[in-house]
Amino acid sequence: MFIDFFYTLRKKGVPVSITEWMSFMEALYNGYFQSSLNHLYYLGRAFLVKSEAYYDAFDLAFQEYFGGIKTEKLELDKVMEWLENPLHRLPKLSPEEMAELQRQIQEFRNTHDMEELMRQFRERLKEQKERHDGGGKWIGTGGTSPFGAYGFHPGGIRVGGESGMQSAAKVASERRFRNYRNDIILDVRQTKMALKKLRELKREGLEEELDIDETIDKTAKEGGEIELVFNKSRENSVRLILLMDTGGSMLPYTELCERLFSAASQMEHFKEFRYYFFHNTIYQDIYEDIANYKRVPTEKLFSNFHKGYKVVIVGDASMAYSELFDVNGCIDYFYTNDKPSIEWLLRIKDHFPHSVWLNPTHMNFWGHYTVDTIGKIFPMYELTIDGLKDAVKTLSSRTKSIRQLSAISA
Amino acid sequence: MANETQGYRGSDDYIASKPLMEIVNVSVVLGKPLVVKGEPGTGKTLLAHSISRALNKKLLVWNIKSTTKAKDGLYVYDTVQRLNDARFKDKDISDIRQYIKLGRLGQAFKSEEQMVLLIDEVDKADIEFPNDLLNELDEMSFHIHELDEEVVAKHRPIVIITSNSEKELPDAFLRRCLFYYIEFPDYEMMERIIKVHYPDIENKLIKEALKKFYWIREMDGLRKKPSTSELLDWIKALSLGGIQLEKIGSEIPFLGTLLKNEQDTDRFIKLSNAQGGFGFKRRY
Repeated sequence: MFIDFFYTLRKKGVPVSITEWMSFMEALYNGYFQSSLNHLYYLGRAFLVKSEAYYDAFDLAFQEYFGGIKTEKLELDKVMEWLENPLHRLPKLSPEEMAELQRQIQEFRNTHDMEELMRQFRERLKEQKERHDGGGKWIGTGGTSPFGAYGFHPGGIRVGGESGMQSAAKVASERRFRNYRNDIILDVRQTKMALKKLRELKREGLEEELDIDETIDKTAKEGGEIELVFNKSRENSVRLILLMDTGGSMLPYTELCERLFSAASQMEHFKEFRYYFFHNTIYQDIYEDIANYKRVPTEKLFSNFHKGYKVVIVGDASMAYSELFDVNGCIDYFYTNDKPSIEWLLRIKDHFPHSVWLNPTHMNFWGHYTVDTIGKIFPMYELTIDGLKDAVKTLSSRTKSIRQLSAISA
Repeated sequence: MANETQGYRGSDDYIASKPLMEIVNVSVVLGKPLVVKGEPGTGKTLLAHSISRALNKKLLVWNIKSTTKAKDGLYVYDTVQRLNDARFKDKDISDIRQYIKLGRLGQAFKSEEQMVLLIDEVDKADIEFPNDLLNELDEMSFHIHELDEEVVAKHRPIVIITSNSEKELPDAFLRRCLFYYIEFPDYEMMERIIKVHYPDIENKLIKEALKKFYWIREMDGLRKKPSTSELLDWIKALSLGGIQLEKIGSEIPFLGTLLKNEQDTDRFIKLSNAQGGFGFKRRY
């Protein structure tokens, strides 16, 4: 049943596993819920999608698979049934009564908010189970309730039009969860979460922490003979260097980079966090401030920091050919460089095997020649949550980045 | 639901959306744990309380902290007490059973009636924590090594797990659960929520307050968006403070109840000035 839907989901990138699919099917076969598209939508989502990041992808898949199916008109039909064959027609009104009614309508409009009335109507629709005639509350014919047809209420809602409840297909097509997608937004909190993965908990140093629990446990097990247990303290040994491009082409992405930066600097769990700035690409100097005044020789990176540091470079990596490959290629006329930038980049990669390049532009724009070249030196990722996660993964794994390095030098 | 009358339908003081109700019911019927995620203040924790009241079952709360270990939920072997008792020799310490204290999960398993078990803020614990509970939640049983005894659930408890997405939950764990993301309540829903909490407050005040509230939430770049609980505090402050209705339209009294840090307040002032007075350009 719906086996194609399973594949549609996977095609859209929802990581559905067979276990989840089987339990969903089991629930369907056992008839735990009403068979309607609405239920299928919400329950399918609960069974198959395990992160709000994939809600949007689920919506898309659902729309693709079930989009053509007409959804239930049940609510409306039910209401229309209640309104068939009215008990009695409106009595003939005299002009005075007519005027009085007009006045009442006006008054009702003044005192009641249309929004409020619609809301009440919807609520009543949910509660009401059967036909009502006469009376002042329910949707029905005759009567003085503001809702229904053929009734007396001045200025109420006459039923005859649209249905009240949202259908699943409509919810799906609204794509309300678009903003939760992993590949789109990146706020400080999410960035922090992604960076949190960047940790290497190691027991370092001397055995100096008294492990109280273990000590008591051991002592008790020995029947009272005091047995002291010591432990090395655990701490995150990650040291991070962030290098950020402040060039003009980066302007549209300032906010994005700011978020990354504030997330990284708010993180308390790095053993060391350093940041420097550069303009378009890296030459013999990098800068301590965004305005590029306080120079630090790039050479210092190599002398001050050992190769265990992890390096994250953020930049769009697109520049003129000469900026990357030529001596004196720097875009700033007052700046001369006797080594082309590419050599510096290679040195950085060489010295810091754990380094990645985050590019705020979309992967589709990476065709540019310089982007391509830099992408061959540093593993390049998009500056999105997914990209950041992959980057963190690369930073944490040893083998991959080393393999990549040998591929370049080969 | 197969049985409409017995299922969970929300309770007097908690408003659950229809899809959420249904998913709770399915999770009860199938005996699968339900993972509830959502912004702070969307009532994740209260859901479990509401279920326990509505279905008339006892609630066990297991609050997770960063130091909580999976084993704490099953049982603890109180070795210190045993050691202490051993020194005075007035108690029989050969029976280990008296030093085994069941944790929340253990209590829920052993109970004679079905329980609602709330595992609150599961993401606070170590990343590996949920994985350590996989088997226990799947089979609803665990083994006590010291006694060589198997504890098997008499009635599968209704397990509600909440997460604030501080950390991501492992896939293997999520595969065994149902998942629901509580969206931030929309205007109508929020109005009902407020009325549940403060039935006496006049409609107009609620309307004005809600307009402002959603306007503030829509602002870009706030570090912490105000949530339901802040809104409730604010409305309470407004009604207790006897603020004139017109005032809410032109300024925001008691801003401190909504925005909790300086940067946000600065940002708010900057943005609201930029939008010409107090944001009359945006309407809801």
